Amino acid sequence: MSAVQTFSIIISLGLFVLVIDFIRRGLLKEKYSVLWIVSSLIILALSIWQGVLDRIAVMLGVSYAPSLLFLVALIFVLLILLHFSVAISVLTDRTKRLAQDIAILRQEKEAAGDEEKK
Amino acid sequence: MARVLIIIPAYNEESTVADVVKAVKEHSPASDVVVVNDGSADGTAREARSAGAVVLNHTFNMGIGATVQTGFRYALKNGYDIAVQVDGDGQHPPEHIKDIVKPVIEGRADLVVGSRFLGVGDYKPSVARGAGIAIFSKVVSFIVGVKMTDTTSGFRASGKRVIEYLAGNYPDDYPEVEALVLLHKKGFAIMETAVGMEERKGGQSSITPVSSVYYMFKVMLAICVDLIKKVK
Repeated sequence: MSAVQTFSIIISLGLFVLVIDFIRRGLLKEKYSVLWIVSSLIILALSIWQGVLDRIAVMLGVSYAPSLLFLVALIFVLLILLHFSVAISVLTDRTKRLAQDIAILRQEKEAAGDEEKK
Repeated sequence: MARVLIIIPAYNEESTVADVVKAVKEHSPASDVVVVNDGSADGTAREARSAGAVVLNHTFNMGIGATVQTGFRYALKNGYDIAVQVDGDGQHPPEHIKDIVKPVIEGRADLVVGSRFLGVGDYKPSVARGAGIAIFSKVVSFIVGVKMTDTTSGFRASGKRVIEYLAGNYPDDYPEVEALVLLHKKGFAIMETAVGMEERKGGQSSITPVSSVYYMFKVMLAICVDLIKKVK
């Protein structure tokens, strides 16, 4: 086993264990963990079965197979980032709606308080 | 009698907001006035309240789009027939409120925009801004199919159905221009009417001359996004 193979197995296995541990401890919501689990497993699989990686590398014309691993990892990172941007957009919209509701409700409460004083 | 709500978005405008509220109340005494304070650090809320407006306070600053939308949500919740937007910096002439409300009451339009460029008043933009305004005017007129001369004007009157729509979907980034595109896509009738406007009395324009080219680019991009957006 080459050094780069050992290294990538350790890293991807470590990542997978970390993700599972975060889910177990409630630090990471399942909803956001799917892409992390899938990507760490695929990178792990490609690190273990080098034959598959080599064949894909030949197919794509990549001369140094382990560099294909970087490409795969990069693609997953991009997907995860996109996923985050979507999640942030949804949260931004919800925060806005909550803040607007609070503004209106607070005014209603104050108005009701003024009525009582009279 | 149509119930009219005047929505005044304000951010750090303690020096002008009270005068705006008073002037608006004087010119349309039958309307209710709500000031939406977008997390101002100064006494905007206090000044607005002392001038007799209902004040809605955002907990933090969210920008003009979210601020106007809070006003629309308030209008929807309280069953108003017409919502009029008037800026808190005093550049919109309250004596013209009746002019932009009239076509909505008569059912000639769902949204009426008060334009500075239809011959009334003597507002003169700088060269850079004038060019930008002309380009927006061309693009938006082409999309909407009606001549729009003042696409960034925030002096507008909306009918009941527009209130209902905008309360749920108000654009965040460049709301004045974008709302025109979205409302047109939803099939609302939009028109302009002439109003004179003053130089702003206080506060600052959100657009500086240096950034105007970049601003134009971003607005164009936003318009393109609105065109491909699925309207709910």
